[in-house]
Amino acid sequence: MAFEALTQKLNDIFKMLKGKGKLTEADVKQAMREVKLALLEADVNFKVVKELIQRISERAVGQEVMESLTPGQQVIKIVNDELVRLMGSKEAKLNFSPGGITVIMLVGLQGSGKTTTAGKLGKLLSKSGKKPLLVAADIYRPAAIKQLQVIGEKLDIPVFTMGQQDPVNIAMASVEYANRHNNDVIIIDTAGRLHIDEELMDELSRIKQAVNPSEILLVVDSMTGQDAVNVAEEFNKRLALTGLILTKLDGDTRGGAALSVKAVTGCPIKFVGMGEKLENLEPFYPERMASRILGMGDVLTLIEKASQTFDLKKAQELEQKLKTQSFDLNDFLEQLSQVKKIGSLDQILSMIPGFSQQKLKGLELNEKELVHVEAIINSMTPEERKNPSIINGSRRKRIAAGSGTSIQDVNRLLKQYEQTRKMIKQMTDMEKSRKRGKQRFPFFGF
Amino acid sequence: MGFFDKLKQGLSKTRNNFTDRIENLLKFTKRVDEETLEELEEVLISADVGINVTQKLMDSLRERVKTSRIRSSEDLKTALKDEIKGLFPQKKMSLQPPSVLLVVGVNGVGKTTSIGKLAHIFKNQGYKVIMAAGDTFRAAAAEQLEIWGQRSGVDVIRHQEGSDPASVLFDAIQAGKSRRTDIIICDTAGRLHTKKNLMEELRKLYRVCQKEYPDAQLLSLMVLDATTGQNALAQARIFKDAVDISGIVLTKLDGTAKGGIAIAIAQELNLPVWFIGVGEGIDDLQEFNSDEFVDAIL
Repeated sequence: MAFEALTQKLNDIFKMLKGKGKLTEADVKQAMREVKLALLEADVNFKVVKELIQRISERAVGQEVMESLTPGQQVIKIVNDELVRLMGSKEAKLNFSPGGITVIMLVGLQGSGKTTTAGKLGKLLSKSGKKPLLVAADIYRPAAIKQLQVIGEKLDIPVFTMGQQDPVNIAMASVEYANRHNNDVIIIDTAGRLHIDEELMDELSRIKQAVNPSEILLVVDSMTGQDAVNVAEEFNKRLALTGLILTKLDGDTRGGAALSVKAVTGCPIKFVGMGEKLENLEPFYPERMASRILGMGDVLTLIEKASQTFDLKKAQELEQKLKTQSFDLNDFLEQLSQVKKIGSLDQILSMIPGFSQQKLKGLELNEKELVHVEAIINSMTPEERKNPSIINGSRRKRIAAGSGTSIQDVNRLLKQYEQTRKMIKQMTDMEKSRKRGKQRFPFFGF
Repeated sequence: MGFFDKLKQGLSKTRNNFTDRIENLLKFTKRVDEETLEELEEVLISADVGINVTQKLMDSLRERVKTSRIRSSEDLKTALKDEIKGLFPQKKMSLQPPSVLLVVGVNGVGKTTSIGKLAHIFKNQGYKVIMAAGDTFRAAAAEQLEIWGQRSGVDVIRHQEGSDPASVLFDAIQAGKSRRTDIIICDTAGRLHTKKNLMEELRKLYRVCQKEYPDAQLLSLMVLDATTGQNALAQARIFKDAVDISGIVLTKLDGTAKGGIAIAIAQELNLPVWFIGVGEGIDDLQEFNSDEFVDAIL
């Protein structure tokens, strides 16, 4: 396919490099051309790509190859390092004004997701104990004010509106309002505008002057192409941005814009929008993004998601059962439904190193298989679930008929269960021998 | 002001960026050599045309340079124009009322705004139009459509926020039939093409239109943000698969985005662009003409 994920492409390139003893200049050059094409295809701005490639090849050719690593892996590490370095090497936090009211201004092009992000940010702040106020300063787009009001209502966060008046006045009045109502953070939702629209860009400067915000965040659609650079540059020049928010990252965009905007503005990416729900605003982790791009999977996000989703009490019960080796099919079923809660199967797998897009093809079927598994287990008697070893031929026949599957399906499930049990046993043994220490995930797991 | 001028004006900012670079490039290098071609390649890539199409274009341009002995930069420009023009499918939008237009796209591309402008255009052409507020998800989307309806004097069929979009479309179709409406334009909630359940919902909307109004001409329009990069191809491909896209509305061409993705989509998916958005005013939606588009860009 012409549009494989960047991950897949880089994987292919590095597969080619892997296993070679030494990297010649020609090898590096060939790989760099592929990296370049892949990055361009991922919408990284071509100027940024050029710089990046130059830096990487200098390091790749010049560097002494460590003995413990094969040269191919060394190149991957360099590419990874450079991507991380480019995107900012650590997670960035919001700046709060030390005393009084913190003003946060959201700016950006039309349709980048400012209003939705304002709501998400409000929710995040109120969860962390702040008392945010949303300010509707988009007086141009029809019903924009109403949209923010509805969002505020849903979140139980106050929304300050003053109709279609001058946004500068609205912003100033909102500070007074916040003072009177004890709000400590103001989030100003400005109208979407083109970076070349003199009049409207000037309006933003005037709002900035009037309320002196601690944060001016540019909201950027992560699907933006080469133009992201021009937009970010201009907004930054006019307003001296303090940070960026990437939206719509829950799609399959390769998100090259993240690299581009970071490179031209030097501003940290502070949050990423990961979905339409008002909870779906997450901190940006450069390492995770780079890992994801490079096909090393996003194990950290997976772990975080799992720990958020898994029911703690049930997990403890499960742990107890594992220790006493009484893990039965009931628990297996429970485990499956917990996994399903984390996300769809392909979503989960895409975060695991080594699972490339190509291998994921046809996984939709497997999602249905989970339903079959549930049906099969539900067709067993409580006795059978507790003690699967009693399931003989005729029981299998009955279970298959009851669940509308075949005997082969039932057999496969029992085998899977047996394997899971073995795996769990190994893990608990490991724990017992206190070998756990730092569980390292395979860094270069292709 | 003729159509050509208007288009040219609308695209002038796009043009300035994209064309100036090409023109600068061509002015100062009189002879065509490999370096000129490579720089031209860069211009195409920075216009979001995409690697594949750019390489295809460059290959055939190189071939032409060889066979027809292109020497001057002016000839090179004409040759490139020809190559790009050749990529656009010549499928014009032909309305055969009664028509149902299902307008789809990812979040924030300008669906509702484009629908407002489309309704205005069709009404001015003498059609009887209604709009269906099928975006029942985003806060205040129906209100937004209603304001557009008031601007152009077009009725809007709407339900409560959070209600089933299929039932909105159903009602709009019934209303359209009984009022003898020529064109029903249906708004839909923005959705990322990767959300399987939301794409299923869209398929359902398409089926509702087919089933409830079999006599009508059903066209799916995909709205695409011109600032979008290569992801637009994935969008177009999946939306096409779900609701059989007939044509594309390319919005936000009044910025510095070059809209080169339209060329890539034309080439890779054989989908025509029917309208372009060049501003926020009600008249800022124009019919797309591939020849003039390319002439205005190059």
